[in-house]
Amino acid sequence: MTMLLNVKDLRAYYGQVQALHGLSFSLNEGSLTTLLGANGAGKTTTLRAICNMVRSTGAIEFDGKPLGTRSTENIVRFGIAHVPQGRGTFTNMTVEENLQLGAITRKDNGGIVSDIERMYAHFPVLKQRHTQQAGTLSGGEQQMLAVARALMLRPRLMLLDEPSFGLAPLVVRDLFKILGKINREDKVTILVVEQNAQLALELADQAYVIETGRIVMSGNAKDIANNEEIRKSYLGY
Amino acid sequence: MELFTNQVLAGIATGAIYACMALAVVMIYQAIDHLNFAQGEMAMFSTFISWQLMQWGVPYWGAFVITLALSFVGGIAIERILFKPLAKAPILTNVAGFIALFAIINSSAGLIWDFTIKQYPTPFGSSPFLGSQLISTHQAGMIGVTLLLLIGLFFFFQYTRIGLAMRAAASLPESARLVGINTSWMIALGWGMAAAIGSIAGMLIAPVVFLEPNMMGGVLIYGFAAAVLGGLSSPFGAVVGGFLVGIFENLAGTYIPGVGNELKLPIALALIISVLVVKPAGLFGRHIVKRV
Repeated sequence: MTMLLNVKDLRAYYGQVQALHGLSFSLNEGSLTTLLGANGAGKTTTLRAICNMVRSTGAIEFDGKPLGTRSTENIVRFGIAHVPQGRGTFTNMTVEENLQLGAITRKDNGGIVSDIERMYAHFPVLKQRHTQQAGTLSGGEQQMLAVARALMLRPRLMLLDEPSFGLAPLVVRDLFKILGKINREDKVTILVVEQNAQLALELADQAYVIETGRIVMSGNAKDIANNEEIRKSYLGY
Repeated sequence: MELFTNQVLAGIATGAIYACMALAVVMIYQAIDHLNFAQGEMAMFSTFISWQLMQWGVPYWGAFVITLALSFVGGIAIERILFKPLAKAPILTNVAGFIALFAIINSSAGLIWDFTIKQYPTPFGSSPFLGSQLISTHQAGMIGVTLLLLIGLFFFFQYTRIGLAMRAAASLPESARLVGINTSWMIALGWGMAAAIGSIAGMLIAPVVFLEPNMMGGVLIYGFAAAVLGGLSSPFGAVVGGFLVGIFENLAGTYIPGVGNELKLPIALALIISVLVVKPAGLFGRHIVKRV
């Protein structure tokens, strides 16, 4: 299996405050990995550091190439789609415009049109609402839209920051099912940050547990889910 | 009644210019959250360039197009050189930057072309429009060119990818970067377009107010009034505000005793203050809620 993302000794800073203390982890191509941890552990910061949205040091390699000090918008062009916390929906634009924005770096107009149709097939509710302002969508629909927007990039790697946040349990189940499908069928490598550890571990095949800016545990998602000690001390369920 | 119609039509004609200025101001405000106090001076300088080109024998529409292009490039250059480095600076630093820009452009124009008032040609002539005494051909031309510009801009922002990217960058910069939009260049592009739109306003109003370095002072204040009235967050509102302010200005000057031509400007200022007190978001603006 080839390694798609390799993060070594990642340290990130907000002003003088250090949020990550030498994080190292890697993602295999085609894997679905979850990054777990409590509030303030550094999960979001890790995703932001990968996309150079926070000051950081360390080495991040994507498909063997160092991302270095590239700007966020250039990192996206490598095929890294980031669904940020709070979804980042362009609320005053229509659903369809949001999808077009996801593909704004692509030049193949025909492909974009067919991909929009593909997204409507994945998420029928978006088709019904395609001319509606994205801000009028429910939380669950907006999260679907955010995932669809990220997929419009035809990403090789998708980073999701707490996709379950603020959603009803049933909606979360739906969403996670779709993520699993995308991972298997479209061969998109996924890194999902979650507080809902139980659900994330069911979905993922690999898991990392992070505490105060350090990786404290890593391994097969099933093993971690089955290890009562880890569950109690780090995941709280 | 004829006086009324006449004043309304004349108001729409000058309102078209205010609409352009307001639109230019709003475009930059959307991109960087600051009011460009030098927008009028940029437009004035562009107008001088077009005048100079015509002095050198370039025909009107040739000079018009060249000026548009030069203004576009000039606007981008100003952003890259002066305001990009100030992007994270406090608000007062930016204000100082705008005032400096105002002073630099104003005095440069005076230095190059001196402060005497110059005639500026109109390609539309100034005979009665379609034989009607209500409006002149130049006024009709002002309205026509502005409408063409507005329609063009509408299609640009609504139906082109770059227009979509610019809207995205203005509404949510962080999300825009996460889909791969170079927001920094979108801001520069906004400056270029604002400068070009302003140059159109300058070239259209110059035959009316005559060409001199301070020609845009009053016009910009009306432009601000229009932008505030329509809502600083709404380009559409800015345009509507422009026309409303133009009409309002003329009617107030005609019908309110004692206002006349001299007190028209204070009326614009009074309008700005009233809108800010009564409806701070303007007619079409969104309330901007900031998390603290």
